[in-house]
Amino acid sequence: MAWETVIGLEIHSQLSTKSKIFSGASTAFGAEPNTQACAVDLGLPGVLPVLNKEAVIMALRFGLAVNAKINQHSIFARKNYFYPDLPKGYQISQFEIPIVGQGEIEISIEDGGTKMIGITRAHLEEDAGKSIHDMYEDFTAIDLNRAGTPLLEIVSEPDMSNAKEAVAYAKKIHALVQYIGICDGNMQEGSFRCDANVSIRKKGAKELGTRTELKNINSFKFLEKAINLEVVRQQDTLEDGEEVVQETRLYDDMKNETRSMRSKEEANDYRYFPDPDLLPVDIDDELLIQIKSALPELPTEKKSRYIGEFGLSSYDAENLTSQKAFADFFESMLYEEAEAKLSANWVMGELSAALNKNQMNIKDSPISAKELSGLVKRITDETISGKIAKDVFKAMWEGQGSADDVIESQGLKQMTDITAIESIIDKVIASNSTQVEQYRSGNKKLLGFFVGQVMKETQGKANPKQVNQLLNEKLS
Amino acid sequence: MHKFSVAELSKGLKNKDFSSVELTKHYLRRIDRSDLNAFITVTEDLALSQAREADSRLAKGNANVLTGIPYAHKDIFCTKGIKTSAGSKILDPFISPYDATLSYKLNAEGMVMLGKTNMDELAMGSSNENSYYGPVKNPWDKKRVPGGSSGGSAAAVAARLSAFATGTDTGGSIRQPASLCGITGLKPTYGRVSRYGMIAYASSLDQAGPITQSAEDAALVLNAMAGFDDKDSTSVNKDVPDYTENLNNSIKGLKIGIPKEYFSDGLDDDVAKVILQSIKEFESMGAIVEEVSLPNSAYAVPTYYIVAPCECSSNLSRLDGVRYGYRCDDPKDLNDLYLRSRSEGFGEEVKRRIMIGTYALSAGYYDAYYLKAQKARHLISEDFKKVFQRVDVIMGPVSPTTAFELDAIKDSVSMYMADIYTLSVNLAGLPGMSIPAGFSKNLPVGLQMIGNYWSEEVLLNVAHQFQRQTDWHVHLPENT
Repeated sequence: MAWETVIGLEIHSQLSTKSKIFSGASTAFGAEPNTQACAVDLGLPGVLPVLNKEAVIMALRFGLAVNAKINQHSIFARKNYFYPDLPKGYQISQFEIPIVGQGEIEISIEDGGTKMIGITRAHLEEDAGKSIHDMYEDFTAIDLNRAGTPLLEIVSEPDMSNAKEAVAYAKKIHALVQYIGICDGNMQEGSFRCDANVSIRKKGAKELGTRTELKNINSFKFLEKAINLEVVRQQDTLEDGEEVVQETRLYDDMKNETRSMRSKEEANDYRYFPDPDLLPVDIDDELLIQIKSALPELPTEKKSRYIGEFGLSSYDAENLTSQKAFADFFESMLYEEAEAKLSANWVMGELSAALNKNQMNIKDSPISAKELSGLVKRITDETISGKIAKDVFKAMWEGQGSADDVIESQGLKQMTDITAIESIIDKVIASNSTQVEQYRSGNKKLLGFFVGQVMKETQGKANPKQVNQLLNEKLS
Repeated sequence: MHKFSVAELSKGLKNKDFSSVELTKHYLRRIDRSDLNAFITVTEDLALSQAREADSRLAKGNANVLTGIPYAHKDIFCTKGIKTSAGSKILDPFISPYDATLSYKLNAEGMVMLGKTNMDELAMGSSNENSYYGPVKNPWDKKRVPGGSSGGSAAAVAARLSAFATGTDTGGSIRQPASLCGITGLKPTYGRVSRYGMIAYASSLDQAGPITQSAEDAALVLNAMAGFDDKDSTSVNKDVPDYTENLNNSIKGLKIGIPKEYFSDGLDDDVAKVILQSIKEFESMGAIVEEVSLPNSAYAVPTYYIVAPCECSSNLSRLDGVRYGYRCDDPKDLNDLYLRSRSEGFGEEVKRRIMIGTYALSAGYYDAYYLKAQKARHLISEDFKKVFQRVDVIMGPVSPTTAFELDAIKDSVSMYMADIYTLSVNLAGLPGMSIPAGFSKNLPVGLQMIGNYWSEEVLLNVAHQFQRQTDWHVHLPENT
């Protein structure tokens, strides 16, 4: 039977405010347990929340970046449930009126085209603390440092039809929140977390199938794997004549499986109601204009600019802009007056490959943007060929100095002395008379052979363009 | 000394007629000899050290009006290093690591805290019989209740165990015990006094205020209590006037509205007589009295008993035995820990309200209860707004009866009806006051005055003028 998949994502993006959303305690990661939880975070009797304006501004930045409807009057609600790492017995969140309403974002899909993914809403809420179950044998330990950390929960429409699209969307949001400086995007530390709602239905059906919610996904790779696993599981279930149960499922990356966590029947009735300790959040037009004008260039805008201004391909422009750090690196190279297209190729090509191979972040690259520009400039001014440049890059990566240092010390400078090249060409022609005859009688393909011989003689230092030109002249 | 008002004590301290240490010792001795059960905790050592400090401030001449004045603090306010139980077993082991804003402010004035007063558990009750620490006795008749929930504070002031006391009022918890104990109580406009550090019962209704011997004292104390607090988002950033400044304004031409709904069937005849008599007194002082209508008054009790339980069911979730407070012995697992800590830690009435609130907020019931109650609340506020376009102050009874006997009211609904005249004020967020207006069978009767938003000055002025004409507020229980 033909099935189609429907996916929606809920992304929890930790906002990079200095202090918590409702208290003055620090949000820094990795402190000693319970040292960054003040009276408010501990939920002591009598304490009250006070909204951190910075978190509101960050939510608005996001809303404006995805062209969303901003609710200029939004309210905080209490989501009631008992858990030891939830100190107040309720989480302050937004329910009926979130600060960010309907918006959208464009993703690139596999066939090279694009697709609009709807954003249902994005709301502000506080994070809970952490329960640590494996520290003591008979007890669970609670660390409340994270309690009260601001989160922006971004809920998508069920607009994605396969795992790859879901990953593309998640990556797009991941890039965006970093672009606009509201989240550090660190998935290991849990600053960016995805839950996926997955359902399948018969191809062409209008009604949505019963969905399951996949939790505990902390990388894009796992997101793809978890969704694919779940789709197969749901297909098997339905094809066996059984029904998919609405439930929350946990993804286990060690066992590469999803398993049931709790069913809908076991789900809490959260008894949402407006938090009487907090006033509604009212946003005036002036603030919105101010925030909008302070937004940086967004990935989509950047992409079109790269295509229009530098003639980059859509593919290259997409890749370069998908991570802010790469785009920043690229733009730093332009600032050094390196040629754009060549720079783009080097960032996405050699540099990206070397970083991947060494599992390094671009911020920790041993070759700086300025240094890579130095290399690119030597290609542009024909000091070295692209091929030699790869060797220079390797040497630079190993810390042997700047492009110019490497070219100088290893004598890699391209031959520009025409008479020297000419004499080598003459020598090559003289010692390959058979091929010369074949060429002259019409086998033009042999030009490559002659170029190769010349390059071999010059140890690659001859300018290939020049060699081509001279060979053409001398062989005709 | 204990017969002096705060205003008189302040003069006495300034004139060195007595020291704060002498005054404090005097009150501590009175508390020690009292059998009213008005205090949960007496902070003798702290009081004496604060008194010594106050005396040194007085000697140096950098004292405020309230420096050195002993007071009793309702046990609902967090006090750093001191047990803060809110009358509940679940907080019996709780020593607050921080000061409520109000505690901090009173300390900063150089006042002397004698102790923490008894109250209905977590401020839920109208008789002070719901306290884990036992009921408080009414100083006018020890077989009777002092009212609640600020019963300990009211009894302490009525018996002059303290110069004044703090209270909180969610549905009448300052005004009703003030009425039943024959003293003056003021519930300010919602947002006037910080709620930070005040253990929350129903956040949108709770408001702290002074319980005093007179309107003049209430003005002096409110000066120290009121003001914006950046730790409380619902406190309002509005200038605090000097509440003593206009106490002596003439009330000639004052327009008083008498809501006909407040003189309904349930009102005790004697209480009605006292109230009408006191209204005549105002007329004789030049006030103009007219009948008004608050047509939605009948909905106050049901509305309150949805809104308050909904909020408290959530507010009290933090009392879970996990981080502080009472925890059951040997919990089997997490669920058992929650279940038994809370079942054993909370009293009957608190559990009842948690159940009501949890039910009313549940999926499928929210619209029918919570939302409907919010609509009714809005209508009740609108009633007041309309009436305040015509009158300056609304007057009526505080409580339908005088103090009733301990154990006399057994069912909770009858107990809820004791607050019928006070609940609307909290639902609307208005300021309200209770002042002694007379007696019925040797038991005090309080007159309720309700003002428009932020009109505490008017209420205090009107009350003070009444107290200049009458002496109900200086009557004392026998042997006081």
